[in-house]
Amino acid sequence: MEQEGKKRIWSEYQKEIADDHYFYVRSCIRQTFFPGSETTFLKILRDDLSRDVFEDARHTTCTGIGYHTDIVPFETIMTIAARHFALMTEAGYVNFVPSCVTSFGIYTEILDTWKHFPEMEAKARDYLWTATRREFKIPDNLSHTSDIIYRFRNELAELSGHRLVNKNDGKPLKVVEHIGCHYAKMFPKCGVGGAEFPAVLSGMVEAWGGEVIDYPERRHCCGFGFRQYLIKANRGYSLSNSKKKFESMQPYQPDFIVANCPGCAMFLDRWQYTIAEMEGITYDKSGKGIPVLTYEELAGLIMGYDPWVMGMQMHQISVEPLLDKIGIVYNKKDKYLGSKGQYIGVPQPPHFLLQ
Amino acid sequence: MGRLYERLCEDLRCLEGLKSCMNCGVCTAICPSAEFYRYDPRKICDTVQRADDESIEQLLKSDTIWYCGECMSCKTRCPRGNTPGLLIMALRKLSQEMGYFTDSEKGRQQFAIRRVIGDSILTTGYCMRPILVNPANHPEQGPVWEWVYNNLPEVMDKVGANYLKDGPGALRRIAPEVLSEINQIFQVTGGQDFFQLIEEFSKDKADEMCLDAGELGGDNAYFSEVYTKNSGNHH
Ligand code: SF4
Ligand code: SF4
Repeated sequence: MEQEGKKRIWSEYQKEIADDHYFYVRSCIRQTFFPGSETTFLKILRDDLSRDVFEDARHTTCTGIGYHTDIVPFETIMTIAARHFALMTEAGYVNFVPSCVTSFGIYTEILDTWKHFPEMEAKARDYLWTATRREFKIPDNLSHTSDIIYRFRNELAELSGHRLVNKNDGKPLKVVEHIGCHYAKMFPKCGVGGAEFPAVLSGMVEAWGGEVIDYPERRHCCGFGFRQYLIKANRGYSLSNSKKKFESMQPYQPDFIVANCPGCAMFLDRWQYTIAEMEGITYDKSGKGIPVLTYEELAGLIMGYDPWVMGMQMHQISVEPLLDKIGIVYNKKDKYLGSKGQYIGVPQPPHFLLQ
Repeated sequence: MGRLYERLCEDLRCLEGLKSCMNCGVCTAICPSAEFYRYDPRKICDTVQRADDESIEQLLKSDTIWYCGECMSCKTRCPRGNTPGLLIMALRKLSQEMGYFTDSEKGRQQFAIRRVIGDSILTTGYCMRPILVNPANHPEQGPVWEWVYNNLPEVMDKVGANYLKDGPGALRRIAPEVLSEINQIFQVTGGQDFFQLIEEFSKDKADEMCLDAGELGGDNAYFSEVYTKNSGNHH
């Protein structure tokens, strides 16, 4: 009964996700912490799914972190967004795909504002013309990169060599899915499944054989809070909110966490380390921490991509226990080598977390 | 109705964020900041809704408006469709325009954000890039990040980034002609003036506190003060 109710609500929040020909814009945070995830997304789309994805080297930050730390005015960010739409228009594309959840939220906010206040759209056109002599069309489709992977989840399941199943006992892996707040909390209709029951990650996990954990603080913010992390004096805010989530998910013993926002994935990884160093606590039984993945890494794993080429060595929490459970063959020795196989040193072991 | 209230109402985010608040407190119940700080978005809505300039001025000069994390969780749950987080953005904008932000410890932090994120946008085309996450300022990033940071070109190459090189790809160098378009947009839309305003008010405050704010970057006493100072009076 309860499941039926949920399905009905989800059906009201089915968004349209373009099938091909994407104009791709990168994320400052994902490029910084998970650049291999962006590489993986493009490889999956182009090589495995034969889709056309175009990237224009002239795109920039959306200035979203500046906007949400309140140093960039709305008029400025909407014109930066307009410039990106202009690059898309000039390249002959209509489907706009940002890699960042903060950016995705910003584009949805700007498009919504223009709908309700057409004079703001006119202003954006005017500003953009004055500043750059560019013109733009509004995208036909705005989808986050996680929407795109969601759209192809069943095709990927068919192509994949791995399932999210524990090879030792044949049971589905237990997964915490974390959706970045700005994916759908502001504009529920813009996200698959809305804000209360987002399906974008749970849909992937279930299609690939895993089991999603429904825990009390599932929808709580990771605690980024923009200025609350960027300024050293405020970081307790960020840490405390992640801690609240870890404590809430711990009894369900998740095998891993997957996030669609690059900031969330980084924080949920790093704060486990910090809490371990500060308090000697880990949230898994083995003392190694709960691995935190981006959805691109997750898709790449089931497709058999090399975890070290995807950049999973950049995580603080070791991913090997998860790779072992799925039965992924990897070369432990290669983990910290450079691109030409050269030795570039190894990270110091943490004081408390086991490796 | 006073002057500050009218200026707030000119900001679309105030119009969109606060239609009519019934003071139910649902936003406060869901708010991650309300759990951490002495902060109550319901009260913010109430203060603004009363349109009393004196209380609004107090709010603009306080730490309170800087506690929000702009997660927008409040938007999803408000039975009236309000977004206290958007209202906060309008309040912060006005606080900076009026120069009130330098009256509070949390408000003064805007100087550090403008210097780091603001400069990064204008000079590199990125809000955030690896070199800004210096392990010395970010011990929470842990030893793996320190290893990444010390081996950026090699690690980035291995994972398929185009680190500081021309052409498309992750962490590519953004061309000078692109940066000039971005700077032009900041000029035309008032972004540049707003940065300047934050600088000027901050420098006045730095003078008042007998601290040097330098001309660029974070290597100065005022930056260190605002970046690290935590009086502990926020909970
Ligand atoms: S949830 Fe909405 S109506 Fe209730 S106090 Fe908050 S802003 Fe006002
Ligand atoms: S946006 Fe601000 S006020 Fe709203 S829930 Fe998040 S932290 Fe609280």
